[in-house]
Amino acid sequence: MSHETLSTILFVVFVAGTLAITFWASRNTKSASDFYAGGRSFSGLQNGLAIGGDYMSAASFLGIAGIIALSGYDGFLYSIGFLVAWLVALLLVAELMRNSGKYTMADVLAFRMSPRPVRTAAGVSTIVVSIFYLLAQMVGAGALVGLLLGVHSEAGKIWTIIAVGLLMIIYVVFGGMKGTTWVQIVKAVMLMVGAALITLLVLGKFGFNLSGLLGDAASASGKGEAFLKPGLKYGTDAQGVWGKIDLISLGLALVLGTAGLPHVLIRFYTVPTARDARKSVMWGIGIIGVFYLLTLVLGFGAAAVVGSKTIAEADKAGNTAAPLLAQKVGEDLFGDVGGTVLLAVIAAVAFATILAVVAGLTLASSSSFAHDLYAHVFKRGGATERQEVVVARIAAFVIGAVAIALSIFAQSLNVAFLVSLAFAVAASGNLPAILYSLFWKRFNTAGAVSAIYGGLVSAVVLVIFSPVVSGAPTSMFPDADFHLIPLSNPGIFSIPIGFLCGYLGTILSKEYNAPKYAEIEVRSLTGLGAEKATSH
Amino acid sequence: MTVQHDPSVYERIQAGEQFQELRRRYRSWAFPMTVAFLAWYLLYVVLSGFARDFMGAKLFGNINVALVFGVLQFVSTFLIAWAYSRHAAAKLDPIADELRGEAESRDEIGEGAK
Repeated sequence: MSHETLSTILFVVFVAGTLAITFWASRNTKSASDFYAGGRSFSGLQNGLAIGGDYMSAASFLGIAGIIALSGYDGFLYSIGFLVAWLVALLLVAELMRNSGKYTMADVLAFRMSPRPVRTAAGVSTIVVSIFYLLAQMVGAGALVGLLLGVHSEAGKIWTIIAVGLLMIIYVVFGGMKGTTWVQIVKAVMLMVGAALITLLVLGKFGFNLSGLLGDAASASGKGEAFLKPGLKYGTDAQGVWGKIDLISLGLALVLGTAGLPHVLIRFYTVPTARDARKSVMWGIGIIGVFYLLTLVLGFGAAAVVGSKTIAEADKAGNTAAPLLAQKVGEDLFGDVGGTVLLAVIAAVAFATILAVVAGLTLASSSSFAHDLYAHVFKRGGATERQEVVVARIAAFVIGAVAIALSIFAQSLNVAFLVSLAFAVAASGNLPAILYSLFWKRFNTAGAVSAIYGGLVSAVVLVIFSPVVSGAPTSMFPDADFHLIPLSNPGIFSIPIGFLCGYLGTILSKEYNAPKYAEIEVRSLTGLGAEKATSH
Repeated sequence: MTVQHDPSVYERIQAGEQFQELRRRYRSWAFPMTVAFLAWYLLYVVLSGFARDFMGAKLFGNINVALVFGVLQFVSTFLIAWAYSRHAAAKLDPIADELRGEAESRDEIGEGAK
């Protein structure tokens, strides 16, 4: 049996299992709180796993291992930014948000403001960030199937995107937050077990001598010692000082973006209390941290065992480094059958990973559409719970369909920039608004709206006039050149701009509501009046 | 469902000594720690950009400063998360529980209830 057949079988088993969970969840999803927040009845550990499942995208599993396998140490910089970011969520956001919000990020932002402008801004930002991220994942899925299942035709890629899109729509429309969370939990367990297994086999091959593994990786990469230190990919010496500033800009967006990503924020609502939100972030940090340490071994292991040249030949971004490593290690230890089995397992895990992440993103954007834009902006708070959930389900279907269509047309797009843009917008617009809302007494409607739009617009504009879009061989439009800023990552400018816009918007407006600030402060710190879990 | 409190209840709690103590304990731990871990992280990113020879210096075998520094970022993240949960459980949760309990029992007897 070929690895393609085995991968397909394993994947079908995963899909069948998660669909069964989804239909079970759909029977238990009745109220708005069930659909948006899974009835707030997940435990800290369950939600911690789901946080990992939501966050460890195919980009971080295959992508980071690939960058390490091809460019060495620089891939690790990504992992560290992605992990440290969770401290911002733990110390400043998770518990306070659980205590003061209900279903979406906008609940916290609109708490003491004039609801319509703030919900509109937060809803727009949520949908923009989630769709950028969603497109990146879905285009990536199309490319992956070619590499992992040997489907290289255009039609094959398009059918993969459609299949991924339809599954994600089913998970969200029927399962809501409950179904989506379980898909993420199953995926997180599969991913951790798969990554740990390959890591152990690789380390075993080197007699658990990490230094030996690194030495082999450096020599097999053809780049020698430079492979083990920063500088081969980001801020290379050829790029000069702007390259290094770009690296710092990327680092800032990574560390400050996570706590502003809407699909991450809504996870805090799925647990009964703020204390469980804290526990779930603790579990999340543990799981994500261990996972990134495993990818470090996988990346260097792939360079050492498979060789950077072979990896780059299979895919020039290195996305197949981890699967190729699994195959090689399996072959070396257990013969051809072992190679086939391990490759198939890793390929199936990669698909499960994509599905879980896209479902989380679709849920975040459809929730925000229904709860913020439909119920509070269009209906001015006059929609019933039932209407809201119906609209959320329709929105999930429409957003899913739009994402499928856009991903098919965006096939040739450089997807990495969509992810960095999503993080930059989250860090520049959403995070300032959230932090000001929770901690700054004077903050008001004008401030919230200016922070969100200021951060969103400055990040998007800076990217449009960057080498990501024009003026370089790797640009979206390589033949045009209208780039003005030599930075691919806008964070170093757009994050301060977002904070500044929020500050100026606030002090230029006279609005100030002391009683409402007292309410959000007391609620966020004590949990008084916080949304309760529903029981069935 | 959300319990709607009379806003004045919140203002009264906010002005109280106990709440001020809770707020102080939370902020005086979380804010400086945030500044500290962001500075520690940025130091790492800046060194990765501008001090490559230092980062490439070998410590033992093929393990260099960059790798150890990177792993230390993981260690510090785990430790700060653990320390925060200890701090919150010992210093914040008891006051928060007490304030919430008092306010909720007042609601039961009618004052401030909707």
